[in-house]
Amino acid sequence: MKTYIPNKFIVDRDPERCIQCQVCVNQCSFDANYYDAEDDEVKSREENCVGCHRCVVFCPTQALTIRKNPLDYRENFNWRPEVIEDILKQAESGAMILTGMGNDKGYRVYWDHLVLNASQVTNPSIDPLREPMELTTYLGSKPDKVELDSNNLKLKTKLAPQVKLDIPVIFAAMSYGAVSINVHESLARAATEAGTLWNTGEGGLHSKLYKYGANTIVQVASGRFGVHQNYLDAGSIVEIKIGQGAKPGIGGHLPGEKVSSEVSLTRMIPQGTDALSPAPQHDIYSIEDLAQLVYSLKEATNYEKPISVKIAAVHNSAAIASGMVRAGADIIVLDGFRGGTGATPKIIRDNVGIPIELALASVDSRLRAEGIRNRASIVVSGGIRNSGDVAKAIALGADAVYIGTAALVALGCTLCQQCHTGKCAWGICTNNLTLTKRINPDIGSRRLANLLRGWSLELKDILGGMGLNALESLRGNRLSLRGIGLTDTELKILGVKMAGD
Amino acid sequence: MRDLTEISNPYSDGKIIDSCSIFGMMDTSGKCFSGKDITKAIGNMHFRGNGLGGGFAIYGLYPEYADYYAFHIMYLSKDSQNQVESFLKENFHVVVTDEIPTQPTPAIINPPLVWRYFLEVDMGKCVLQEPDDYVTEKVMQINTCMDGAFVFSSGKNMGVFKGVGYPEEIAEYFCLNDYQGYLWTSHGRFPTNTRGWWGGAHPFNILDWTVVHNGEISSYGINYRCLEQFGYLCTMQTDTEVVAYIIDLLMRKHGLPIEIVAKIMAPPFWDDIERLPQDERELLIALRQVYSSMLLNGPFTIIIAHQGEMIGFTDRIRLRPLTVGVKGSMLYLSSEEASIRLISPDLDKAWIPMGGEPIIGRLATENQKQFITGVTEVRTGNKLR
Repeated sequence: MKTYIPNKFIVDRDPERCIQCQVCVNQCSFDANYYDAEDDEVKSREENCVGCHRCVVFCPTQALTIRKNPLDYRENFNWRPEVIEDILKQAESGAMILTGMGNDKGYRVYWDHLVLNASQVTNPSIDPLREPMELTTYLGSKPDKVELDSNNLKLKTKLAPQVKLDIPVIFAAMSYGAVSINVHESLARAATEAGTLWNTGEGGLHSKLYKYGANTIVQVASGRFGVHQNYLDAGSIVEIKIGQGAKPGIGGHLPGEKVSSEVSLTRMIPQGTDALSPAPQHDIYSIEDLAQLVYSLKEATNYEKPISVKIAAVHNSAAIASGMVRAGADIIVLDGFRGGTGATPKIIRDNVGIPIELALASVDSRLRAEGIRNRASIVVSGGIRNSGDVAKAIALGADAVYIGTAALVALGCTLCQQCHTGKCAWGICTNNLTLTKRINPDIGSRRLANLLRGWSLELKDILGGMGLNALESLRGNRLSLRGIGLTDTELKILGVKMAGD
Repeated sequence: MRDLTEISNPYSDGKIIDSCSIFGMMDTSGKCFSGKDITKAIGNMHFRGNGLGGGFAIYGLYPEYADYYAFHIMYLSKDSQNQVESFLKENFHVVVTDEIPTQPTPAIINPPLVWRYFLEVDMGKCVLQEPDDYVTEKVMQINTCMDGAFVFSSGKNMGVFKGVGYPEEIAEYFCLNDYQGYLWTSHGRFPTNTRGWWGGAHPFNILDWTVVHNGEISSYGINYRCLEQFGYLCTMQTDTEVVAYIIDLLMRKHGLPIEIVAKIMAPPFWDDIERLPQDERELLIALRQVYSSMLLNGPFTIIIAHQGEMIGFTDRIRLRPLTVGVKGSMLYLSSEEASIRLISPDLDKAWIPMGGEPIIGRLATENQKQFITGVTEVRTGNKLR
């Protein structure tokens, strides 16, 4: 069938600059560039170009420019080019449209409507270059109070297990299988260097990464891939994954082509078979079932590790979160609709779930109203882009944030949304061995650790500017935020005053 | 479940920014003295206030009525007085009622009516509660529900005197030279974003606890939200209120000693904690983990007092001043050393404590051994050094 879908991008190759070296041909995993031996000329198949810019970055003579194909249809706000093309794709394939990464639609980004405070005159700002500035955060359930032995003032209360973070930014769950071993290793090493955590995702933990266990969150998801006693013992936190912001209510599907022998060993499934994660966990059909799994995992890990429960941010997150805390979760993770994924039905990604800012504000308020906020840490994810977003999330009430997309961008990702194809030209979301070696863990871990270092310096500047020298004084401190361009209802849900007020 | 948007105010913009002078003096042998010296000392720091608030707290004030709760109440009208007095009669056994003596002072304009009541808790009315909780509840009730009336002192054998004016003017107005006590604290206020009102002056008081505070609590936004979880509503339009409630919660309800409470409000840095011996380290880590929302961040010096004890400390990086002076059994705490020297030129010892390090003066008794971390210890009267 002749496709009616026009190419998205135009590859401009400057003939004056091009030296026919074929780097672009070798770098493009989508076959958008090829060498025509007859003409001795590098040419493009523009219909294959996904706009990932791998060739642009690697072209030694800067001969390449990728431009959007203007596609000047007759203007129609309802029937936009994307809408038309999605219909064409389905008319030609009869299938669901799959995509990668998080919701890319123009929903309001609340971070961009919140601004932070700073000290002037009546309280001094603190200079982080000259004064200690503390970002240390402990994840885990906290009791209402501490009891002391009255004779010698020693600690009597035994706290639930706590995990220390030097920076309140954790690498989000991305499974081995979806991403390559080199990405996992980069994340694990960077987390170890930065004193934070990374998350295995649902595909188990490769045996060579067990040594990073102290900085690892091991995930238990509906497919239970790679879950066994050693795996649970290896991590410092065990996370039950109920849902994901990019595809709330939907399971996962790792195509058999990505299940290599190493992936097969780690996931404990036959090589080349599809790895299907059911939509629900089939032993959790209710909150009391969740409590059973939480306590099974606590039993299995000897009550030595916090148990985290991750859900997608949906309409009634606040009530669900309250139930999760009461079911014994030490950490609750909320993943907003901008959270990324390796593959999701586009219709789900673009239409299901809510922004993380609103979910976080309502969950934090709800847990405080019930007097149980201290019983669980809150970690949020889904579209955190920079340290400003981190500071705002913490001021709204989060203990820490997960970053997935931002971490992948640090490794080279340009959000071309082809994760589900397994052809990632940047070597991130693929298990094709010629592509995966594009991520060198020495360099990858350096880039990730650098990112965290930069953010931690910025966070210290933000804190110092507000006259605070410990992160906990910002946590839940919504007076340090003001809203701009928000309605009264939005301000009320966020618990934030209007700027100028 | 409580709807937190319905209580206090949802944005809790009750924080008032101010800067101030504070002074405290205590005779740890328990000997009483008049307000002459402290008035002179706080008056020496005139420049740190702006005349929009001054006040004093005096302990050992009413020995003849030591078993009764002494309420000091200010009224804007006779009507509100009648209303509150019938409320008091309903809920307490009123032992003595009198108007607090004042003298005309040029600087004091439009003072409210100020009355004093010695009250006994009617045990028939407070059956399932501790008397202290009962009294607290009634004070909150008057202060939040009754127009034109404000209870600004409610402890036993102590009293607070405060109002709009410089502290030395307030002392003159309330004739404080006529009162005797073994522990005095005082405050001169420089509010920067609010009208001065009589109730907003320091010291802040609930039961026999008082707080005088110089500073701005930058962490107010989380401190008040944390206190709301424990049922404290911040209504008094000042950040000092959170100090008072944190102390009440931690000391009275959680039973923690002041040394520990100081480590919660002004904790050592993580790096310093790491270097401590294991027991101490575990304790301080747990305190920071559990009470992280009660860390008072931003510049402050506070002097806390209750019966038999005066405690002063600053924020953990000492962004506001505190000087300690010791002379015999006397302990002085002041924003400025000059004020101490003015009334006690010949000090045995004067020093500036480290940030967050509590200086504690206690009435002399036998066998006082306490755990204080890394602190220049000021002990009972006969052991002062």
